[in-house]
Amino acid sequence: MVVIKLTDNVLDEAEVRAAVSRPGAGAILVFHGVTRDNFAGRGVTRLEYEAYPEMAVAQMRAIADEAGERWPGVRVAMSHRTGVVPVEEASVLIAVSSPHRDHAYQASRFCIDTLKARVPIWKKEHYDDGSAWKANAESGRGVDCGHIDDGGAP
Amino acid sequence: MTSSPGTLQVEVHLFAGLREQAGASTVQRTVAAGTTVAELYAQMFPAGPSGRMPVMYAVQQAYVPGDTVLEGGVEVAFIPPLGGG
Repeated sequence: MVVIKLTDNVLDEAEVRAAVSRPGAGAILVFHGVTRDNFAGRGVTRLEYEAYPEMAVAQMRAIADEAGERWPGVRVAMSHRTGVVPVEEASVLIAVSSPHRDHAYQASRFCIDTLKARVPIWKKEHYDDGSAWKANAESGRGVDCGHIDDGGAP
Repeated sequence: MTSSPGTLQVEVHLFAGLREQAGASTVQRTVAAGTTVAELYAQMFPAGPSGRMPVMYAVQQAYVPGDTVLEGGVEVAFIPPLGGG
């Protein structure tokens, strides 16, 4: 069973865990990316995620496949939430199974870092007094896109 | 929708801050043959005093370099800085 998905609903840890479970896996990690209540000292009331759905799923699938090639025996499932995500709820789940734990930790880290760099999903932070689109520090890293157009910014 | 000679139609998908700026998530555009994806971005979002939002480009839902020449009927997307995860 392969689970790579976007959903407006609360993310289901059991679903991604089950998707990677198999008899030969001695380690399963499930990473939860969770909405926290502050950014740089500003109170965050909720996050809102928007995706380019078909491309986001294609990129997530490519990342899962790449992890399986880099670390043979590793299997990955990912789900990312869209729409409003309240504080303390998960915006992303990444389940990784592996014969041995070392590769599971490495692959988990690779998957979340690469997702933040490549998967076309955007995040709006809502504060008590306004909102802003927030970019990941990793955005665009390693994307095979020539260069990033700086738009002629001074 | 038919095109005049020397022009072609593309469908542009906009997200996040660009979608809000344009007031639409999808826009049909007629462009001159030979137009690159970066040129289309510059046409649609002229640089203001603080420049333009830095973007990546996608055609048919795959990242492409800015100098990619557009073909008729393709799906183009300007990808603002990502915030997923």
